[in-house]
Amino acid sequence: MADKPKLALYWASSCGGCEIAVLGLHEKILDVAAAFDIVFWPCVMDMKYADVEALEPGSIDVCLFNGAIRNDENARMAHLLREKSKVLIAFGSCAVGGAIPGLANFSSRDEMFEWIYYQSPTTENPSRVFPQRRTDVAEGELELPAFWNTVKALAQVVPVDYYLPGCPPEVQSIELAVNALVSGAVPPSGAVIGLNIAVCDECPRERQDKKISRFYRPQEIIPDPAICLLDQGLFCAGVATRAGCKARCPQVGMGCRGCYGPLDGVYDHGARLLSAIASIIDADTPEEVEAVLDTLPDPAGYFYRYYLPQSLLRRRARENGQKQSAAEKTPVATPTN
Amino acid sequence: MMSDSDKFTPVIVGFLCNWCSYRAADLAGTSRMGYPATLRDIRIMCTGRLDPTFVLRALQEGADGVLIMGCHPGQCHYQEGNYKAIRRFALLKRVLRQMGLEEERVQLHWASAAQGLLFAETVSRMTKQIQALGPLDWSRNWPNEEPFMLLQPYLHEEAAHGR
Repeated sequence: MADKPKLALYWASSCGGCEIAVLGLHEKILDVAAAFDIVFWPCVMDMKYADVEALEPGSIDVCLFNGAIRNDENARMAHLLREKSKVLIAFGSCAVGGAIPGLANFSSRDEMFEWIYYQSPTTENPSRVFPQRRTDVAEGELELPAFWNTVKALAQVVPVDYYLPGCPPEVQSIELAVNALVSGAVPPSGAVIGLNIAVCDECPRERQDKKISRFYRPQEIIPDPAICLLDQGLFCAGVATRAGCKARCPQVGMGCRGCYGPLDGVYDHGARLLSAIASIIDADTPEEVEAVLDTLPDPAGYFYRYYLPQSLLRRRARENGQKQSAAEKTPVATPTN
Repeated sequence: MMSDSDKFTPVIVGFLCNWCSYRAADLAGTSRMGYPATLRDIRIMCTGRLDPTFVLRALQEGADGVLIMGCHPGQCHYQEGNYKAIRRFALLKRVLRQMGLEEERVQLHWASAAQGLLFAETVSRMTKQIQALGPLDWSRNWPNEEPFMLLQPYLHEEAAHGR
């Protein structure tokens, strides 16, 4: 047992799907268990912060870290696991690029708190009680981790050795990584473990000349099962997204969401998608172009669905004025009880 | 009222098409037309070559505005490069609007090689518009220092390990 390399798995700001993806290895999980000694995995093993803190620096051989960094606790664990791990892998799109939690960067912390704890129709909060960093209770003071205004990708907080994108990473992608690590044939540090071709290259749908005069949302059209979805006016991110999933979504009639992210050498996934999508619009005057674009609501949401924190602009601008917005401070509302 | 000298000098990154607008800029220069020294012009072969990444990168790295200039529609040296630019620009503007960027910060204009005056006027007008908006300073939107209250004991430890 002592000779086996040590493996840790952690979830920060994520949905738990990455953990399911690891279990999705099915019987291969036994190979993982045979090859590695799992020392830390909060999803399946009861461990405390102190147990991780007690480990020697560098004593974990490989850490698969999923989830974005959106509060102090996420960041604390990222720093801690970075120190304790020889190889830190950003596992899944949230850790690689911020992904769905990163969509919060289209709004501010104040706006989110206001909606979630006060304005949303299912919330009853007339005295405007908001989460506080510190709360006094009979047993003493309780502390919550600070909730950040801006969601970050793992590599924006600590150095990362490898990236394994996907929402969640497909079994074949995880196998690729596990095999590389077990055999020692690892790529150069900083690499994305995966293919460097686009989803279109794996997609069996027939591509035609792309000229579209309007976009359709999935509920507005029943797509032809054999023809490229983009040719039919359905948004598909496959043109600018890394392959590795065998085009699972397009194969069942749903345009690629873009979860595997940009290919090597691309600075901004959204900009590449924007460029590709704009090029196929069948219109020449600004007025005609605008009319076509009116059928594509929320373009930034489509283009940056998974990689907003990791994009060039990273987030929506704060309210103008050079000072830090009120959202930077701890929420001001106080509990009345 | 601020005098002109009190106003900040914006940095505008210009992407100028080789065949029309860059020559319009040349003409403005050789004709000694006056316009503010706010434009950092980059020659590209065609506005159809302009990857939206270039615009985002300029804004991210500190530009206060981006001016894209090319041949008039119908006059592209490559037949239809500027039509591609029209499409990309329209979509880029929608995305930038969602990112909270003011309309005047990123503009697309046409100037033929003979329109030096139009070029100079465009730069002057855009400079005034951006002066009115103030600096963009995009990186202020994501301060590196997030509150790290819980992390303090650990950071000391980290410093001790020299990392």
